[in-house]
Amino acid sequence: MENDDKLIIGGHEFGSRFILGSGKYSLSLIKAAVENAGAELITLAVRRANTKDNESILDHIPKGVTLLPNTSGARNAEEAVRIARLARELGCGDFVKIEIMRDTKYLLPDNAETIKATEILAKEGFVVMPYMYPDLNTARDLVNAGAASVMPLASPIGSNKGLATRDFIQILIDEIDLPIIVDAGIGRPSQACEAMEMGAAAVMSNTALATAGDLPMMADAFRKAIEAGRQAYLSGLGRVLVRGASPSDTLTGFLRD
Amino acid sequence: MIKVNGEQYAFDGKTVAELLDELGYKRERVAVELDLDIVPKSEYDTTILAEGCSVEVVSFVGGG
Repeated sequence: MENDDKLIIGGHEFGSRFILGSGKYSLSLIKAAVENAGAELITLAVRRANTKDNESILDHIPKGVTLLPNTSGARNAEEAVRIARLARELGCGDFVKIEIMRDTKYLLPDNAETIKATEILAKEGFVVMPYMYPDLNTARDLVNAGAASVMPLASPIGSNKGLATRDFIQILIDEIDLPIIVDAGIGRPSQACEAMEMGAAAVMSNTALATAGDLPMMADAFRKAIEAGRQAYLSGLGRVLVRGASPSDTLTGFLRD
Repeated sequence: MIKVNGEQYAFDGKTVAELLDELGYKRERVAVELDLDIVPKSEYDTTILAEGCSVEVVSFVGGG
């Protein structure tokens, strides 16, 4: 890919458009996953510390990778703000992915609370990346609240079902002047590629890798798919005919003459 | 008694630093919240835990 094609989030530049999750797999696989994914951003969660854990996930993440703590577990804006402040106190930067859920069955984000948390944390200097249900009005409110990107879900978290919300994500890509990062539900490289062809700025994936047969190999496959999709988007996709056909070569006439 | 991550301990009158040491937490790997307010690392040695307070000690784990 062209070196000058950078993803810019809150003034920070990234060469990779694959944001990697670190949940639900062994710490020993993180380094290989990051390397094969070419990831420069990795998500983490904040939890009550266990004194018996001698190993920290931080010891497994290669240097130079930006940490993106999430606020998973938060049920409202207030809890998300608490988690974000604790994450910043852990001393790994100002990035935060806001994730607020009231619903435990489908794990759908609460857009209204997400807007509130975004406004508070953006004012406190965080680079705020809110996870949201793809809705244009919410996205506009997030822009006004100071978000650095908008992260619409493709399908429910952990489902690997792909771009169920495709048309609504396309609206965000077309109308919102911030990086649109497709998060949650992307299960296959082909789906990540399609999101990138649509003009998404990046794709975030965790479960697709964590549940794959060979995690590092799948990380590599996702990287290639995301790069291919980006390149296709930058190239400008060919048009689609509504009906009929169009020959790829000039039809020769000599057989009939 | 005070609460640390939801469990009761007899750490009243001790400092945050003493609590972390006694429970075996590594300072550089945790963040501490005392009654919903963050305790900056620079104040671990001087922050005294009062009877009935609630402390959360958190760290990073894998997540999506």
